[in-house]
Amino acid sequence: MRSALRLVFVYIPDILKSVVFITKELRILQRKLANKFPNAEASLFGDSVRLEGEMGDWDEIVSCGKLAAKAGFKGVINDIKLKGFTPPPMRTPKLRDGALEGAAPDVLIIGGGVVGCSIARELSRWKLKILLVDKEDDLAMHASSRNDGMIHPGIASHIGTLRGEMNVRGNAMYDQICKDLSIPFERWSSAILYNSKVLGFGARFYLGARQIAFGIPGKHLNRKRLEEAEPNLTEEAIGGFDYPTTGFLSPYKLTVALGENAIENGAEISLNTVVTGMELQGGNIAVVHTNRGTVRPRAVVNAAGCFSDIVSDMAGDRFFSIHPRKGECCILDKDVGNLLQRSMGIIGLAAATSATKGGGVMRTIDGNVLVGPDAYEHPLREDFSTHAENLDAVMAKHLPLIKGFNRSQVIAYFAGVRAATYEEEFIIEGSSRVHNLVHAAGIQSPGLASAPAIAQEIVKITLSRLGGKIVPNEKFNPVRQASPVLAKLSFDEKQKLIKQNPEYGVVVCRCEAISKGEIRDSIRSKVPATSLDAVKRRTRPGMGRCQGGFCSPLVAKILEEEGISSVTKKGAGSELFLGGLNSKEASNDG
Amino acid sequence: MTVNNTSVYDVLVLGGGSAGLAAALSAHEGGAKVLLIEREQKLGGILKQCVHDGFGLLRFKERLTGPEYAGREIKRFLEAKIPYVLESFVVDVQKKGGGLGTTYTVSKQSAAGMHMYTCKSIILACGCRERTSRQVFIHGDRPAGIFSAGTAQYFVNIQGKLPTKRCVILGSGDIGLIMARRLTLEGASVAGVYEIKDAPAGLTRNICQCLNDFDIPLHLSTTVTEVFGHGRVEAVAVEKVDKNFNIIPNTREIIECDALILSVGLLPEIELANMLNIPIDPATKGPFVDQTLMTKAAGVFACGNVLHVNDLVDWVSVSGEDAGRNAAKYCKEPRLFNEKMPLEYSKSDFLYAVPQYLDPACEEPFTFYFRSREDVSGKTVSLKLSENNVKSKKYRRLIPSEMEALKLGELGSAAGFELIMG
Repeated sequence: MRSALRLVFVYIPDILKSVVFITKELRILQRKLANKFPNAEASLFGDSVRLEGEMGDWDEIVSCGKLAAKAGFKGVINDIKLKGFTPPPMRTPKLRDGALEGAAPDVLIIGGGVVGCSIARELSRWKLKILLVDKEDDLAMHASSRNDGMIHPGIASHIGTLRGEMNVRGNAMYDQICKDLSIPFERWSSAILYNSKVLGFGARFYLGARQIAFGIPGKHLNRKRLEEAEPNLTEEAIGGFDYPTTGFLSPYKLTVALGENAIENGAEISLNTVVTGMELQGGNIAVVHTNRGTVRPRAVVNAAGCFSDIVSDMAGDRFFSIHPRKGECCILDKDVGNLLQRSMGIIGLAAATSATKGGGVMRTIDGNVLVGPDAYEHPLREDFSTHAENLDAVMAKHLPLIKGFNRSQVIAYFAGVRAATYEEEFIIEGSSRVHNLVHAAGIQSPGLASAPAIAQEIVKITLSRLGGKIVPNEKFNPVRQASPVLAKLSFDEKQKLIKQNPEYGVVVCRCEAISKGEIRDSIRSKVPATSLDAVKRRTRPGMGRCQGGFCSPLVAKILEEEGISSVTKKGAGSELFLGGLNSKEASNDG
Repeated sequence: MTVNNTSVYDVLVLGGGSAGLAAALSAHEGGAKVLLIEREQKLGGILKQCVHDGFGLLRFKERLTGPEYAGREIKRFLEAKIPYVLESFVVDVQKKGGGLGTTYTVSKQSAAGMHMYTCKSIILACGCRERTSRQVFIHGDRPAGIFSAGTAQYFVNIQGKLPTKRCVILGSGDIGLIMARRLTLEGASVAGVYEIKDAPAGLTRNICQCLNDFDIPLHLSTTVTEVFGHGRVEAVAVEKVDKNFNIIPNTREIIECDALILSVGLLPEIELANMLNIPIDPATKGPFVDQTLMTKAAGVFACGNVLHVNDLVDWVSVSGEDAGRNAAKYCKEPRLFNEKMPLEYSKSDFLYAVPQYLDPACEEPFTFYFRSREDVSGKTVSLKLSENNVKSKKYRRLIPSEMEALKLGELGSAAGFELIMG
């Protein structure tokens, strides 16, 4: 009786109120859309709003989604079709086997980027069966290897956002993580420069407020102090704001190291594994179908990056859409790496209004210079092609910042795709529809900096969704067993290692001075490198100025020696050789 | 730092290709105590993979294959019993002291461990490297199947692997032309060779023997603008360009292929020169040298393709011999680089000229190398010392892709150094 009264007096009015509110918001949105985008229609979809229709311009479709994101719904599902464009299906591995058939992990993590691997490692602190799957041939194949490797200080995020909070928390955790994982990490600071007094004045307040809100240390540098700090800076910048907590690391080395340490602590990683469907039972994901067998997980973590909305869909939990935002950067030769000490970008009016910050110039952890990235909306989720007009614009914008930079120093360039939601916010939460599903979705910039904090949050949610008593993994060891990097060692240290293993003495990559022993280590590691690019991400042959011209045949040969019968650049379908010669293998080897 | 692995030499030759072999031998014959350091498993440098013939016409008056030419050089080198180490990588070069007492320490890494050498003189003979697809800004997808011509040559000739069944070759450099023929012989088809310039970059004889004889089309003023393919190259887009290399609209053509092979130029490998901060000539992309082939770092000499990229190995050997002889002489009578007399030449007539400096105190005979900037006919090239022509030669035709050499005898005293085309 009491509960019936409660229902009448408390819940029903509440529900009514929210329905009235929602329909009102929807009507306002529909009116706005009718004015600006007459071809778009909005309707309710759970707590989210769904957009439908057809338009001829992708940027307009994105603008439409962004308009809807301001209306205050849980999420925006943007189903507006681009005229004449059929989205290509997700690229999936050709492999079919039963390697995972019958697997019943406590937690299945979908996605082997920096977020998925951070979660796997963080979860391995608990006595749980953890399985991480990724559809690619290696970890860190998408956004996690296609970014600038900067651990942002947090100054680029709006106050009150998860992006800002996770960034600042994650940033502070990296010294310990990198020490434990034995990967290089430096805090060289980053500076936001300005070229007009008005901008500088405005930025001082704007950035100052964020500094206070997030607790980010930073200081203003006038032109004189800027010049002292960066003598090669050109005239363009008249001042800047410097953030000393900014860190630099290799994002793919980090991701692989996180994966390796997770394995050391009992987690399993299955590559070339794509989730093809899910079956629900009583509000839970009961069965997950993959190309390598059927898995019955107790809980599922969605860390699928640009495909996180699609994974969410599979579980019947549609409430957001990813709009891929592409960026292109270039890398300059190490020769000019010492022309700057920190990461620097200049703010102009264009950068202030764009969806992410406007890129800049930075020294990478490996001593090169990274220039860019740019940011543009693009309907393809895994298109990593580069374009002359984009990179020309990136170079034209940023190279003039430093005296001594020019186009002839470019040794490489690449593109990446950010997994942005229309809310431009991280989704770190347990699903509201599916009890055993946890989302680490929409992780775009600053995802790398935020990953450790995101992982902690996701673990908390996952443990509570799993329920029951979960005990710590007593054998957990955060320290990874890392193999040596000879180029960084002293004469005597190298001497000692070569004595133990003469292959450490044989240099295969002449640009980066990487030895045969180090390459073999990477092929025999916990997450074995099985392709040229995988070796390159771990140990760098091919990252230097010859871009693999000299070393790729030698690395291919080592891969063969280690039992890889058909060497690929990046997994099945990217074979290096299309056959042998009619004659027998030439005897003059080497 | 441990010093128990230190040995002392007069001359260290860095590189065991044709330049280094010749340099080591002539330095040895000049009385110097020489050690040659080679990073690969075998001596011979790039010639090991150049199984085609055409080498040695000048030096041996014979048409040899690359391995044959290298074989002869290696034989002479081995007979002289000059010490050498293989699979040894120089990780550091340091200058010690200054002036006439300058010495160098060279650290190398090999399976035997770390070693440090001290020497009076270094000969850089580390060859050149290929320009990459990135250096010519190839865009589009990033599949497997984009190789430089030299890498493709290594795959085929050393490893016995076929990297393509149907390819497009961008750039008409000699290795690209050679590989067009080589891949055709191995059963692959070459859809075409595309060159952004309006003239081929390789030797005329290679255009005839490698393309024309095999019906491989050469498309001038055309370049590759985009690559397609996810796993492996599936196609490339080619477009025509005007005189300024700007793309001509509506000339785009898609060519199906499984590989893009690049022969878009070679660059001297100057890593070791950079370790010593040796000034580099922007024209040759190798170190500035005087007529003894000494760089601006006293005692450090350069020869072969690290000095400037040669078309013919014969000249590489000649410069190696010169550098070796002069290095041995330097060890006996050290001297400093004299910057007083730089070579003057018109950048609109010449792409580059070597040596870039003349030391009036050295009266050794030397060889002068240059390339014309344009394709010109009936021109006379004169080398002038203090207003006097010391050498003039009339050329029926000069083209940028063919390096010319002038052998010079003793010069006597000079107060100026100028190269003129008229």
